[in-house]
Amino acid sequence: MSAAGVKPAPTTKGAVPFLKVPKEGEPYLAGSKCGKCGEVAVGTRETCGRCGARQGVEPVKLASTGKLYNFTVVHRNFPGVPVPFISAIVDVDGGGTLKGNLLGVDPDPAKIKFDMPVNIVIRPVPQKDKDGNSYLAYFFEPRN
Amino acid sequence: MSNDVYVVGTDMIKFGRFPERSVPELGAQAALMALDDCGLTIHDMQALYSGNLFEASAGVGQRILREIGQTGIPVVNTANACATGATAFREGWMAIKAGIYDVVLCVGSEQMGSGLLGGGGGSKGIPTEGLLGSGTMPSVFAHVGLEHTRQYGTTFEQFAKVSVKNHHHSTLNPKAMYQKETPLEEVMGAEMISYPNTKLMCSVNVDGSAAAVLCSEKKARELGLMGRAVKVRASALTSDPYTPRNIAMMDFNAVTRLAAKTAYEMAGLGPDEVDLIELHDCFATAELVHYENLGLCKDGEAGRLIDTGETQLGGRIPVNVSGGLLSKGHPLGATGIANIYEVTTHLRGEAGNRQVDGARIGLTHVVGAGSACAVHILEKA
Repeated sequence: MSAAGVKPAPTTKGAVPFLKVPKEGEPYLAGSKCGKCGEVAVGTRETCGRCGARQGVEPVKLASTGKLYNFTVVHRNFPGVPVPFISAIVDVDGGGTLKGNLLGVDPDPAKIKFDMPVNIVIRPVPQKDKDGNSYLAYFFEPRN
Repeated sequence: MSNDVYVVGTDMIKFGRFPERSVPELGAQAALMALDDCGLTIHDMQALYSGNLFEASAGVGQRILREIGQTGIPVVNTANACATGATAFREGWMAIKAGIYDVVLCVGSEQMGSGLLGGGGGSKGIPTEGLLGSGTMPSVFAHVGLEHTRQYGTTFEQFAKVSVKNHHHSTLNPKAMYQKETPLEEVMGAEMISYPNTKLMCSVNVDGSAAAVLCSEKKARELGLMGRAVKVRASALTSDPYTPRNIAMMDFNAVTRLAAKTAYEMAGLGPDEVDLIELHDCFATAELVHYENLGLCKDGEAGRLIDTGETQLGGRIPVNVSGGLLSKGHPLGATGIANIYEVTTHLRGEAGNRQVDGARIGLTHVVGAGSACAVHILEKA
């Protein structure tokens, strides 16, 4: 039993709810697949957003590879957010679409190619929350 | 007698920055102007529909009545992203259409701070803005534009031409925030916010308000207001239908196409019969995709449409002759009704230097993040 006012020890969490950090094994991105229409969505769901099925929506792990669908180079942002960076939309192989930062490419529109294959990597980030918890986030990197 | 609904009075304040005034004060000003436009008073109104986003829980409609007359009428406050004002207007339209009331007042008002809108991350954990891409509005709409580039090769220059056009139009509109020409080099050379949207390709944060008095045909005839009345031929409101990338990349296309289809069907006409359009140019990239979403041209032809000048004043289908959100300004809750004001003014033949000659039918469009889209089609009675 924990005493009132005692904070739990800091842990490592995912920066978004669908980035799962299991006690054992590798962190992964969680998705769900509808048994009725086959749609793969990001995150765990009870009901299919596409067809509305209430049953047969099963959790799946999203693939760690994908293709660049879209991007923008962000030059102005809120105070404290480092710029420039590439905000990218990636279609995950096997289903699901993610928005995240594309690393390892100059933030120059001429150097960014639609449909370029990417790896989806999960890494610790320097940011901590007020309780001292550490976080993992996912990033995209060009795949050669 | 039909159950058609008419705009009989409408007006907007000149958009600007009024930090010393309150939202209800701004709304009250437009409300009184719209009432004066048709010679009615708050005592003639049977209900008030008030659109405001940033003070959505603060009873803006009731506070407007404290400024202009507390007659005890029902007040409905709406909040629906950038479609907030249009939603208030539509609620008023529905109430008259349903036969509940004969004459109602719809007001949109907003006071905007300065700076970027949007951004990722909630109150839990760590902020995700800049860590997991960007949720700021210039970036969200940069993605929208570059999707068009991906499909059709649309260029930075074509997007920039939208701003040149709309800033030019605003020089003819005394109620726009800015009246300033912006040559192409200036638009393309302005500070890059989120490629391809430069600072001059982003809508202007302004304070503003607009209002409309809606009336049944029976009542409009009784009051002798049919002379300048404008019929609401169609009112459509949609939320985003499921599309596979929808959650990672907000889909402003599907929600707009659904609203446009619904509105054209309700009005029993097609885009070819529309004489002018006020559409949601919150960013220059947005205007081009909405040319196609609203059926002004075939898919893939939006770049050509801006290149050939067809959407300029004097062109085949003038778009945003008010200056648009890019230059007139974008006070979120007021925008939807300000669009109604603009189109109504043209249909009445009262738009002065920026009048679209012979305008008979006009369309207004707003789409808000999340997503909500409203399309209205108006016709001179």
